[in-house]
Amino acid sequence: MTATNIQSPRSGQSGSGKIAPKYQRSGSSRSNFEMLAWLFMRLSGVVLVVLIFGHLFVNLLVGEGIHAIDFGFVAGKWADPFWQFWDLAMLWLAMLHGTNGVRTIINDYAEKDASRFWLKVVLYAATTVIVILGTLVIFTFNPCPVVDGVQLPGGFCPKP
Amino acid sequence: MPTKPAGTLYRGREGMWSWVGHRITGVVIFFFLLVHVLDTSLVRVSPEAYTAVIGAYKNPLMALGETGLVAAILFHAFNGLRVIAVDFWKKGAKYQRQMLWIVLAVWLVVFAGFAIRHLSLALGGH
Repeated sequence: MTATNIQSPRSGQSGSGKIAPKYQRSGSSRSNFEMLAWLFMRLSGVVLVVLIFGHLFVNLLVGEGIHAIDFGFVAGKWADPFWQFWDLAMLWLAMLHGTNGVRTIINDYAEKDASRFWLKVVLYAATTVIVILGTLVIFTFNPCPVVDGVQLPGGFCPKP
Repeated sequence: MPTKPAGTLYRGREGMWSWVGHRITGVVIFFFLLVHVLDTSLVRVSPEAYTAVIGAYKNPLMALGETGLVAAILFHAFNGLRVIAVDFWKKGAKYQRQMLWIVLAVWLVVFAGFAIRHLSLALGGH
């Protein structure tokens, strides 16, 4: 009686260690972009848990919570480089994490090549605008504006 | 390409439903994020513009919306950590089901804490 020899899926001829032709993906242009995207989702995910939990705690749960949020609240935070970089990291990581997630969903559900292409064009355009806008706002923001010649109150502003 | 799949790979139970929940919460959070960057950008326009728009986040209906959003964020966060454990922990795939129930238990506790605090602040006398 001969034992049936079942090959493992990625072996060609048994024992040769080669990938059978029907499992070969289009050869030369392979990059590891998808693997890096997969890894990025996990690494950024862990960091985002810390950044977003901190964001929610400081903005919504401390003191009078949401009622404390106004222009002065944001100005007070962004007068401090610590919160500027916190929010910058949150902006970039969350946008890239979310964009890659939506890209995956588009790839899964949009069947036509053209729909996939245009949905991703819209997605990447939105991401670019939001990331650039957010970055500019964080770094060009003036926490101590002078409105009609009057300095807005705020303990973090230099005396005029 | 056939328009309808010949069969289905959806297997139900904890594995599939946590994946469905992760996708839905992810999309919800992403669209809120787009809006949230835009509303925060108003600080660059004028203090009045920002304070006016942020005022819209302070009514009772929005308080419920914020609570729902945080519910989505907490699920996505805890289930995301579970996905990482499934991928990187040797026994992750074996215990994925038990880990989902842990995720839901932690979610319930943290969400209850958040909801009580946020809703009493947002709806409380002001």
